[in-house]
Amino acid sequence: MGLFVAQLLTGLANAAALFLVASGLSLIFGVTRIVNFAHGSLYMLGAYVGLTLMNTLPGAFGFWGSIVLAGLVVGLIGILIEICVLRPIYRAPELFQLVATFGVILVIQDLALMIWGAEDRLGPRAPGLKSVVRILGEPVPQYDLALIAITPFILFALWWFITRTRIGILVRAATQDREMVGALGVNQSWLFTGVFFLGAALAGLGGAIQLPKGGADLLMDLNIISAVFVVVVIGGMGSIPGAFIASVLISVLNVFGVAYIPQSTLVLIYVVMAVVLTVRPYGLLGREEKAGEHGQVGEVERPIRPVGTRGRAFVFVLLVVLACVPFVGSSFLQVLITDILIFCLFAASLQFILSSGGLVSFGHAVFFGGGAYAAALLVTYADTPMELALLCAPLGAGLLALGIGWFCIRLSGVYFAMLTLAFSQLVWSLVYQWGAVTGGDDGLVNIWPSAWLSGTTAYYYFTLAVGVGGILVLRHIIHSPFGYTLRATRDSARQAEATGIDVKRVQWLAFALAGTMAGLAGGLFVFSKGSIFPNELEIGKSFDALIVVFLGGVKTLSGGVVGAVFMESIKDWLTRLEYWRLILGLVIIGVVIIAPDGIVGSLRKLGERIGLLKEQESMR
Amino acid sequence: MKTVKTLVAAAALAISATAAHAADTIKIGEINHYKRLAAFAEPYKKGIELGLKEVNASGGVLGKPLEFIFRDDQGKPGEAIKIAEELMTRDGAVMLTGTILSNVGLAISSFAAEKGYVYLAAEPLADALVWSAGNPYTFRLRTSTFVQAAMLAEAAAKTDALKYATIAPNYAYGKDAVEAFKVNLKKLKPEVEFVTEQWPALFKIDAGAEVQAIEAAKPDAIYNVTFGPDLAKFVREGTTRGLFDDRNVYGLLTGEPEYLEPLGEEAPEGWVVTGYPWYDIPAGPGLDFVKAYEAETGETPKIGSLVGYMTVQSIAALITKAGSTETSALLGAFPGLKVETPLGEISYRDVDHQSTMGAFIGTTALKDGAGVMVDWTYKDPEAYMPSDEEIKSMRPAE
Amino acid sequence: MTAVLKVEGLSKSFGGVKAVNGVDFEVAPGELKALIGPNGAGKSTCFNMLMGQLMPSAGKVYLKGEQITGLPPRVIWRKGVGRTFQITGTYQSMTVAENVQMALMSHHRKLFSLLPYAYRLFREEALALLDVVGMADQADRSCAILAYGDLKRLELAIALSNDPMLLLMDEPTAGMAPKERINLMQLTSDIVRDRGISVLFTEHDMDVVFAHAHHIMVLNRGELIADGTASEVRANARVQEVYLGGGTLYAAEGSHA
Repeated sequence: MGLFVAQLLTGLANAAALFLVASGLSLIFGVTRIVNFAHGSLYMLGAYVGLTLMNTLPGAFGFWGSIVLAGLVVGLIGILIEICVLRPIYRAPELFQLVATFGVILVIQDLALMIWGAEDRLGPRAPGLKSVVRILGEPVPQYDLALIAITPFILFALWWFITRTRIGILVRAATQDREMVGALGVNQSWLFTGVFFLGAALAGLGGAIQLPKGGADLLMDLNIISAVFVVVVIGGMGSIPGAFIASVLISVLNVFGVAYIPQSTLVLIYVVMAVVLTVRPYGLLGREEKAGEHGQVGEVERPIRPVGTRGRAFVFVLLVVLACVPFVGSSFLQVLITDILIFCLFAASLQFILSSGGLVSFGHAVFFGGGAYAAALLVTYADTPMELALLCAPLGAGLLALGIGWFCIRLSGVYFAMLTLAFSQLVWSLVYQWGAVTGGDDGLVNIWPSAWLSGTTAYYYFTLAVGVGGILVLRHIIHSPFGYTLRATRDSARQAEATGIDVKRVQWLAFALAGTMAGLAGGLFVFSKGSIFPNELEIGKSFDALIVVFLGGVKTLSGGVVGAVFMESIKDWLTRLEYWRLILGLVIIGVVIIAPDGIVGSLRKLGERIGLLKEQESMR
Repeated sequence: MKTVKTLVAAAALAISATAAHAADTIKIGEINHYKRLAAFAEPYKKGIELGLKEVNASGGVLGKPLEFIFRDDQGKPGEAIKIAEELMTRDGAVMLTGTILSNVGLAISSFAAEKGYVYLAAEPLADALVWSAGNPYTFRLRTSTFVQAAMLAEAAAKTDALKYATIAPNYAYGKDAVEAFKVNLKKLKPEVEFVTEQWPALFKIDAGAEVQAIEAAKPDAIYNVTFGPDLAKFVREGTTRGLFDDRNVYGLLTGEPEYLEPLGEEAPEGWVVTGYPWYDIPAGPGLDFVKAYEAETGETPKIGSLVGYMTVQSIAALITKAGSTETSALLGAFPGLKVETPLGEISYRDVDHQSTMGAFIGTTALKDGAGVMVDWTYKDPEAYMPSDEEIKSMRPAE
Repeated sequence: MTAVLKVEGLSKSFGGVKAVNGVDFEVAPGELKALIGPNGAGKSTCFNMLMGQLMPSAGKVYLKGEQITGLPPRVIWRKGVGRTFQITGTYQSMTVAENVQMALMSHHRKLFSLLPYAYRLFREEALALLDVVGMADQADRSCAILAYGDLKRLELAIALSNDPMLLLMDEPTAGMAPKERINLMQLTSDIVRDRGISVLFTEHDMDVVFAHAHHIMVLNRGELIADGTASEVRANARVQEVYLGGGTLYAAEGSHA
């Protein structure tokens, strides 16, 4: 009994920082509809700023003062981010801001490294709260009790602010109906800025308040963000009480998980998340999303046509050039282009489901990695020949996509995105923690192609054929009746249903097709690298693909491919520099602000303006 | 739509053309997680730079300056392999080295064997590199996990403790480390019992919960494999909640300055650990290195600094012995290679390509508000290694 | 002759409120029939049940004698019922012709076909349909830039693409200029005549209703209070009470502009 209570208290104390960060994220999402991936970075900044302040300000007053000040400082940084990065792109396509916040993550990572150095910092302990209290015979740290007391207080303060103050009521109204608040003459941009300040301050507070239990290190940003997403999604996007309940739920579950299934704590969390979302798709306290609420922002996608003779000739010439690379270029150039081609196919598969299907998947890497693992497992355990294993990669990924899609496709918009994220994290945690089969973090190695493909050049041609082939197949499918049907379900589900189209079935199959193609890319990948590791199916990989699709241009057909080429090339060049993440982050933010239609979309507009391309009939 | 690709191809060609005409040096490709694990990679890099300075001040190798090309793999094995290929085929590196994370080390090792490149795994901890996934092209410098765990097990076996708890990050290195400790301890003292095994996810420890779970199992002794931020949190929660009171604690790598220093005055006392007591090295090559490093960088050395320095020494010795930078010559010279290092002479074993770098084992104590190792000894690894037959049966047929 | 559409005891309650209550009616082949009633009378609810968007609480719907109650919209469509909506739901990212082609692809069961180019499929057929509604000259314009009246005509063409025996049109002329309304309804009644299709439509504009409908049904508070020819309905005392009592017959028009 004593142990049980003590474990419960540990869970509650752990919930504090998680709740602060999650409520900030939830608040920002509720009002601005921005999924702020940089929220973990704000948490990290809170920890570093708090640490710096605590080292300067003495005593208990200095300690608690530092925590509050850290919150304020991070809030100000949040304002800076909102004004400089997000404000220019509120009108960009749905979820485009996501890419910008990813750029912010990169920038903050390098800035933190520059300012605070690489060494992990241990946080100071709270003055006067250094020992334990015995509760039912079990030691409970005093600071844990302080955290347990503070959290409901903050929840109450937030509740009071939102329900009892004028600004709070506006915030709440904006959560319900953004347009209405705008129509009432409230200055929306300052409301957004204010909310961003508050959300960022909460994250900063969370970072500072956990210092006595941990410290500050450069890995905190990404470490907390996946937990925070779990909490926000389980609690319900935009719901602060939901964030509270979910942080307590997750923290307590985690404590008991540690005690009883220590090998599978990660799996447990993601299983809970997947179950909650399957039963209550909008989270515990989330409200149902009305159709069209987050419909496409900005101009409508244009009618499409297969490329004309000139375009085909251009692609043909390009292929010829690529085919000549082994005769003129170095072996590394072939490796680089192989990598880029594989990534292009992966991005094209995401673009297919995202642009043509209007389904934003946050977990697309699960199919890339899933395909790769399918092949690698066959080679490792069944000595399957490479040719057969490579064939099984898209098949395996396609089956996985059928399975995951069956659950996810019932939702739409951000909730669809979040459920795909949940499932991909579930698969990732399985791969990561089921070491006996998957090799866990050490992956599966020695997965090399058959003799006839083992040379760099041979594999280069193979990837060129399969990769470009895959991209062309996807492109063709977009122009086929199935592709049109998919676009029809995106443009108007009601009309589609009323004209004999089974919308969910079409989306499901398209999702599976996208997964299959991602799996093909994964298969190519594993044989080009000779090994596969869980990081190929983690969140970061999914984001890489999302970023290139958005950068390339969502409302275009070739955006994914162009974005992938752009990104991989620039990365290959930038990673040689000392602070490449800073530069890459700035490049991403720059592209997002300057070219909100993506690279292809913006080039097309430029082409039309200078008369190179035929201008489209203007709207209205 | 594919203009960019052409431009890239052109740019890449231009770069490779200039690279070919670079100064005539012997280049080594060094891949590491300079960003994601900067705390560990930076001292390592500084150790390499010190080593290079000394080698080149005395005329380089084979009459040419030795040069390391440092590349960041972002902690991604796939990226590391691309970089490895680039280093070898475009930048003109003669061999590969580097990596801290075991998984990247394993990926590069497999790649090196496939392509026929020599790879010196400087820092990775997974023993699979030289044993179960060993190959003719891969060599490893750093003391094996098995050996360090065996040294701790030897110390543990001398006590009365019978019930053990283990805590290790939930990935291959953690699992190897726990397994090695269990095997060695059981061999020495069959009656010991492992009452709980805790597996926090790497860098995601929930320290309070872990401490409670261990406390609930009421062990006599604890074996710790956590490191970095995980270790700091574990130590703090454990100390606060009295977990370490009246218990023997064994810490793998816990005594390494990388992990002990950030703990500051909260460093645990009385743990038996492996590490690197640079502050206490007697006069000789070991102290010379410490002094040179401090003079060069203005910082105190970490274990990574030492490994980086020894990497340069190993490679310089290797190329000198081979008399050439051809892969076949390097491969021929590597097994049995002897290198003079701050830890004395080490050699690369023929049987498994593992170096004979040993380990410092001692007890932690607080001195001037910082954790240090006291009563330490430097132990040679050979006595703790599995037998040659066991190793041969583990290594894949060649 | 069997009725094309037969409705028996159709009812729908939303949490105790009876939106539609025991409605019975028939639509004969070739008939152009209007369903009118004041705002909130239950017209849209009734329509949504006929087309399968809503599940009735009670009652049955027969299409040519076959029960179709509660079937999903896409199945009912396949059985030969076309539909237009009060607010148009065309595919904004496609051209005018492609919108019709899309419906034709569905009708000819080519939705899951991966090989042909969609923009070439059934183009002639689509152009012919567009010609019927007078939109052929705009076939290759983007749907996103069409005028509202053109969108309505396009919807009609789409609704004709599965060669329906019955057309359900919800407020077909809503939001159009008066002259356009007359044109559209004239077009509709021509189509009914030429193709022998039955049409059931709801409408606010009484000019349109009385000028074109063969028969008119009046719905009030979920109940059918009249079903007959224009003159019969005009003379019906309850209808007069509903419309004149709660406002004029023509006042209802202003509410949907």
